Amino acid sequence: MNDIHSETHDDADAIIRFEKVVKRFGATTVLNELDFEVHKGEKVSIIGPSGSGKSTVLRILMTLERIDSGLIHVAGKPLWHQYRHDQLVPAGEAHLREMRKEMGMVFQQFNLFPHMTVRRNITEAPIHVLGLSRKQARERAHKYLELVGLADQADKFPGQLSGGQQQRVAIARALAMHPNIMLFDEPTSALDPELVGEVLNVIQRLSEEHDLTMLLVTHEMQFAKQISDRVCFFDQGHIVEQAPPEELLTDPREERTREFLKGFLETNAS
Amino acid sequence: MQWLSYSTPLLQGAWVTIQLAAMSTVLGAVVSFALGLGKVTRVRVLRLPCIAVIELFRGTSLLVQLFWLYFALPVFGHAIGLDLRLPPVTAGVLALGLNIGSYGAEVVRGAVQAVPRSQHEAAKALDFTPWQILWRIALPQAIPEMMPSFSNLAVQNLKDTALVSLISLGDLAFRAEQVRNYTQDSTTVYTLLLLMYFGMALVLMAIMRVLERAVGRWRAVLRS
Amino acid sequence: MLFGISWDTSSNAAFAASILPILLRGLLATVQASIVGFVIALALGLALAALKSSRLRVVSWPARLLAEFIRDTPLLVQLFFLYYVLPDYGIVLPAFLTGALALGVQYSAYTAEVYRAGLESVPRGQIEAAHALDLLPARVFRVIVLPQAVPRIVPALGNYLVSIMKDVPVLSVVSVLEMLNVAKIIGDRTFNYLIPLSMVGGLYLVLTIVASAGVRYLDTRLPKRGLPLR
Repeated sequence: MNDIHSETHDDADAIIRFEKVVKRFGATTVLNELDFEVHKGEKVSIIGPSGSGKSTVLRILMTLERIDSGLIHVAGKPLWHQYRHDQLVPAGEAHLREMRKEMGMVFQQFNLFPHMTVRRNITEAPIHVLGLSRKQARERAHKYLELVGLADQADKFPGQLSGGQQQRVAIARALAMHPNIMLFDEPTSALDPELVGEVLNVIQRLSEEHDLTMLLVTHEMQFAKQISDRVCFFDQGHIVEQAPPEELLTDPREERTREFLKGFLETNAS
Repeated sequence: MQWLSYSTPLLQGAWVTIQLAAMSTVLGAVVSFALGLGKVTRVRVLRLPCIAVIELFRGTSLLVQLFWLYFALPVFGHAIGLDLRLPPVTAGVLALGLNIGSYGAEVVRGAVQAVPRSQHEAAKALDFTPWQILWRIALPQAIPEMMPSFSNLAVQNLKDTALVSLISLGDLAFRAEQVRNYTQDSTTVYTLLLLMYFGMALVLMAIMRVLERAVGRWRAVLRS
Repeated sequence: MLFGISWDTSSNAAFAASILPILLRGLLATVQASIVGFVIALALGLALAALKSSRLRVVSWPARLLAEFIRDTPLLVQLFFLYYVLPDYGIVLPAFLTGALALGVQYSAYTAEVYRAGLESVPRGQIEAAHALDLLPARVFRVIVLPQAVPRIVPALGNYLVSIMKDVPVLSVVSVLEMLNVAKIIGDRTFNYLIPLSMVGGLYLVLTIVASAGVRYLDTRLPKRGLPLR
């Protein structure tokens, strides 16, 4: 496993870099000069209490929220800023559109388009955003539907599928855009317990079979332990502790982390 | 069977009414979307005029708007050196369309804003442009919700067409007045008139129901 | 000269200033016609709603048909009907009242619907609980249903009052001297329609803004959970 504490770590490998990022919602400071790095191909789980800013990190990366100050680089390029005549200025819509292509996001509430079939949900963006032909898009849709195990549901509408199936379609939809980074915002929190497994299995397969960089915000600690290279514990807008799962999820160093993980640590004493 | 002899002028008038209603409904629909979408855009230069037009036409009487376009506009045009005299048909369709369109604009705005924000976010995550999001994601989900209100507005518009008779446009109400003046048989003429409008309204409501169903299928029909 | 006030055509500004009092007389007539029409609509609508909800189908069906008929036919035609047909049957009313009556009839179809929707919005469970407590139906209505229906009904009715105000100009066809009619007469005599009609438009905006604000105020003052009973 990568030793992220090593001083000799090559910065060029940092596919995501947050530098002193501040994000406020009204009077509340959700991210407080956050420094955060993710390396290419790394699978990072983000855990923490509600309001700690974990979802905000993902949403900022997906350009759904602006930052108030600080700098973010994705794949070496600034995200919320752009270069104009060698000067860094706030990013315009055209730049953001380019940057968005690096990332794919899976939402807690799936957010499939209810008026489109499963297949169309997946092909719509590749056709109209990436410019693929209908044939190419359909092939892609089929490939990813097979990956998530729903190739036979292509003609159904989201309303006809279970929550677990919808979320798997949502994963296929995000993957079809061929992002380099996949963002999962509490993908199983809205699911009935019996459906959680099928989604986690897909995410696990993804992490094993693909080179994608993955950021996963989750409450499923056991799962985080299984697939992550690194787990970050967020609280009140900054990272309290981050370490490989064997360390953090078994024997965390910080008191706050212990407190948060109390229940989990007790039932998983190994 | 006197009422049979009334039928020719009345039917001619009914035909004019139907054409007026059709034209003003189409104009109204266009105006509804233009103003309704314009009201939610972030471009202030577009949004403020839309709000102004909507408030103006919803806040004043339709007959006042009609009379203004027919009687006052030419005076205005004369003052600035343009010939702005509108034929009754134009003034009528314009007043009706802008009026009903302003009410429709609120329906459009409400339905579009009711599309959950999460849909916009999912679409944005997939890198659609704002225009693509509106056209492919928001409107298809919003339009079925607009139909019941549009149905009411269409019937209201049909009723409103009767007002153009007051600027001497030969619609059903106008012809009925002519027949009444000639025959002095108020009861028969006006009863017939009411029944004819009622009949047209029922047909219109049936048409709107068909449209509603067609658009409702839209909710689940976009396959690839 | 109108209402004993003459106008000054020396300049546009003078013209506008001189016809303002005349237009305001018309505005007064507009407001009066609106209120009378509204009161009639409230009363007729109540009767219509009662008939529509009757258990006897021989009563409720014709009532519903009548309401639909009134809703779907133009106010102008209903006005003509009342104005020309009633005298043939011995009922002669001044034009103002005929106009207000027409407004009342047209809007009774809408107020009836408001009553129905307002009453139906009271949750079923409330009525069932009240019956379970053995309260008499009349009391249930007065003490449980009505206080909870009123906050829904009143703002909706208020909005229809504003709509009635916008429909009053139709009464000009039977020579009621409301605002638009007054403006038109001035225009007919001076050939300057622009100023009177534009001023009427402006006065209407003021009228509807004030009236709508009043309705909104009323809406905020009525507690959503129902009128409190101590």
